[in-house]
Amino acid sequence: MSVRSLAVSARYISREECEAIAKRALSFATADETRVIINSTTISNTRFAVNQISTGGDSFDSVVNVVSKFGKRSGSSSTNQFDDEGLKAAVQMAERVAKLSPEDPEGLPELSQQKYQPGVNWSDVTASLDPATRALAVKRIADPAKAAGLVSTGFMEAITSGQAIANSKGLFAYNRSTSSVLTTTVRTQDGTGSGWAGATHYDWSKIDPSALENRATQKARTSVNPVAIEPGRYTVVFEPTAVGNLVQFISRAFNARSADEGRSFFSLPGGKNKLGQKVVDERVTITSDPFDPEIAGSPFSGDGSPTKRVVWIENGVVKNLDYDRYWAEKQGREPTGSGGSIRMSGGTQSLDDLIRSTQRGLLVTRFWYLRPVDQRTILYTGLTRDGTFLIENGKITKPVKNLRFNDSPIFMLNNLEAMGVPERVSASEGGDPGQAIMVPPIKVRDFNFTSLSDAI
Amino acid sequence: MAGFAATLPIGRNATDAFVSPFSSLSADSAAEPNVKELAMLALDTAKSAGANYADVRFVRNRNQNVNTREQRVQSVSDNETYGFGVRTLVNGSWGFSASNDLTRDEVSRVAKQAVDQAKANRTALIRPVVLAPAPAANGTWTSPIEIDPFSVAIEDKVATLLAANQAALAVKGARFVSSSMFFLREEKTFASTDGSFTVQTIYRTQPAMTVTATANGDFQTRESVDVPPRGLGYEHVRDSKLKENASKWAEEAVQKLTAKSVDVGRYDLVLHPSHLWLTIHESVAHPTELDRAMGYEANYAGTSFVAPPEKVLGTLKYGSELMNIRGDRNQPGSLSACGWDDEGVKPEDFDIIKKGVFVDYHTTREQASWLDWYYKKLGKPTRSHGCSYAQTWAAVQFQRMPNVSLLPGDKDLGWEDLIAATDRGIAIIGDGSFSIDQQRYNAQFGGQVFYEIKGGKIVGMLKDVAYQMKTPEFWASLDMVGGQKSYFLGGAFGDAKGQPVQVNAVSHGSPVTRFRNVNVINTGRTA
Repeated sequence: MSVRSLAVSARYISREECEAIAKRALSFATADETRVIINSTTISNTRFAVNQISTGGDSFDSVVNVVSKFGKRSGSSSTNQFDDEGLKAAVQMAERVAKLSPEDPEGLPELSQQKYQPGVNWSDVTASLDPATRALAVKRIADPAKAAGLVSTGFMEAITSGQAIANSKGLFAYNRSTSSVLTTTVRTQDGTGSGWAGATHYDWSKIDPSALENRATQKARTSVNPVAIEPGRYTVVFEPTAVGNLVQFISRAFNARSADEGRSFFSLPGGKNKLGQKVVDERVTITSDPFDPEIAGSPFSGDGSPTKRVVWIENGVVKNLDYDRYWAEKQGREPTGSGGSIRMSGGTQSLDDLIRSTQRGLLVTRFWYLRPVDQRTILYTGLTRDGTFLIENGKITKPVKNLRFNDSPIFMLNNLEAMGVPERVSASEGGDPGQAIMVPPIKVRDFNFTSLSDAI
Repeated sequence: MAGFAATLPIGRNATDAFVSPFSSLSADSAAEPNVKELAMLALDTAKSAGANYADVRFVRNRNQNVNTREQRVQSVSDNETYGFGVRTLVNGSWGFSASNDLTRDEVSRVAKQAVDQAKANRTALIRPVVLAPAPAANGTWTSPIEIDPFSVAIEDKVATLLAANQAALAVKGARFVSSSMFFLREEKTFASTDGSFTVQTIYRTQPAMTVTATANGDFQTRESVDVPPRGLGYEHVRDSKLKENASKWAEEAVQKLTAKSVDVGRYDLVLHPSHLWLTIHESVAHPTELDRAMGYEANYAGTSFVAPPEKVLGTLKYGSELMNIRGDRNQPGSLSACGWDDEGVKPEDFDIIKKGVFVDYHTTREQASWLDWYYKKLGKPTRSHGCSYAQTWAAVQFQRMPNVSLLPGDKDLGWEDLIAATDRGIAIIGDGSFSIDQQRYNAQFGGQVFYEIKGGKIVGMLKDVAYQMKTPEFWASLDMVGGQKSYFLGGAFGDAKGQPVQVNAVSHGSPVTRFRNVNVINTGRTA
């Protein structure tokens, strides 16, 4: 792959160009304070279906978003036209909108200069992936699948970005980043078996298409002609992807304001929240860290605040909730500055160990169509997909039909039996790189399946 | 909750209409002479580089958002994006490239890049793309709006939302309210090597509101889903009567706090169109997409139980005889309405399910040719139903659903008639939680407001209601459909499909309906 790193990088806007664009945009500003956010991205992708490439291409876009403030009045506008006329129109629009808006009692002044750690989520290999290289990666899945009489479908995407924030108080932040993802679903010709595998990383060289092909093919073959089982409460071994599918919903409920306002799982009566309370098994710790190479993210958030490592849940106890600048000030706390990724603690066991220790239970590969049912308990519904099996006496004995569940990741992590070694997972249903998530395979008791599905 | 009106610039002079500094650029992209020239440059370059077919879309998209909560305006933004995408077909393989840089050099580079992408994509080609014939399209089309939402002052929009918030918060027990308006104007120029050149201006408008009531550590919300987004102008905000409805929504949120938690079991369901549109969307519209049936979406959106085509077209019993489903892109105010789709095809109305039997899929030009055998058997020409769509200039077009609607029945039955005819049931208004498997067999739907029906009368409100269904079993249980007067077009933004995921705005019409003996679960778990 080293040859590829010498190839031409996908287009993005450099630090120096961003500085010049920001300077030009700010020179048109007449507001009390102005912030300029510049995003530039090349997205390139290759889709395949029925063992051949079905479509693929690339797009380049760059957007400047202008936030203008007159006292406590603010407005924003964005454009993707970077000539003087375009930038000027965006600044004027943001200022007009601001002047017409009522005062925002929660409006905050812009941040002054900040210090940022350098981002760690850039890969030359990812930035230089060309159509032919992407097509070859797809062939490493489609060719063996076709030769084996199976049907492969999938998606590969590489994203190269440059992002900057500048304001009229001298703040300037810049980060360039890459991300890549490859997922595949392999089905039997007669549609009676289906298997999925996927991986995502900012560094494409960490993704092995052949390994994904092997895993998806093996699941497709072993999932043929699933049997019906009675819905109900089961001991379940979740593969890391399935754990990521569910645990991400806990992180989306961390908003401190919703908790304090009494409309979140993290609320307590009387305008209090669950900070300091034990909410899941004491073996569970959940953190985020934009500078952890496995779950890397941006060194700054949209208002220019530096991001940092945050411990959300430690040994089962809520240690932090997500405070934005306004709510932190109001509650007398520091803004959280979360980078948005998730790392969950694990154990030393392998997935096979978890299966071997299970007398009777189910193995779940991943979930599909997850939707909230009750925010009070983070209760979700959804279905298993692409590899659901019965475990008997420590062994996978047969494929079972997919099942719908109604359960909460909070209940799930309270019913924890065992955890394995954490892995980086592709937990986005849409197959985009998604939130950076590193979670272990886990075994839990009493997971609540409510109905069967005939879908394969 | 009085007092915040003083912060509003009320009494604004009517001549202070909000004028966009973008308007000098965007008055009419079609009128910008360079668009046609650049379009022809893209097509010529693609052809010279080896494309057998090419099309190009120049799209200028302006949107405006106003977001409020309680007495506060959270954000107001006005955004514009402009760019172009070139799609090429080289010896049966697609390629695509797009950019926001509208210079001649970049248009040439992107057109060549789209051809290079297509050539790379020919690796392992098995089944070359063949396009069904389509006559060259020429003309202009504009959404049927009365009031351009971008001509309405921001102050009026803010005042409308804050007045609605005030009305909601005046209801005892309603503690939080958020409300918003979203407006879109999309100016789209399409040209193809088949000789098409069309210019369309598409508008979309959505006012929305969520009221949250709290008590004793519990909370319940009511979302304004019965005011769906529409392909209309500001008149849709006016006609939505936000302030009047806000009190009702707030009262319902408060009532939900003390509503009876549902007993699980089988019930007859009387479903309002503001609810059923989503069930139609998930259990009828998605499974009748031909790309899904052919396995093209297996890695994300999924396949379909309505497959393979040769075993189901004209024979699959989908539901009861009362089930007549039609696809169209011309219902006034619908989100799918357009003059031509994103490959220059004028859409037609077409039957998808007739008297409960499945008869056709949604198609694009590429897909229509897959069904050549079927249309020949019926003595019909092989042509696309006009379902090609891309979310922006930066995304490649593919098959997206038209309006897919349940037709009303012959009898003039309304909501009250269906309730009066039901002995033990639940009436559901508005869509709520929703989830369905990847082949569209097993689904679960919640709602906004639920009422218990006993002996033909509503006897009280219920909560924690969701029904689980198997698609053909559910539609077979349809035993009453309302008349034309009960027909209503629901819908939403954000329908996701494809990889990379693209969103589409969907409308689905329906009369009031009744379904027999459906399995209802209780979603109010505490441990």
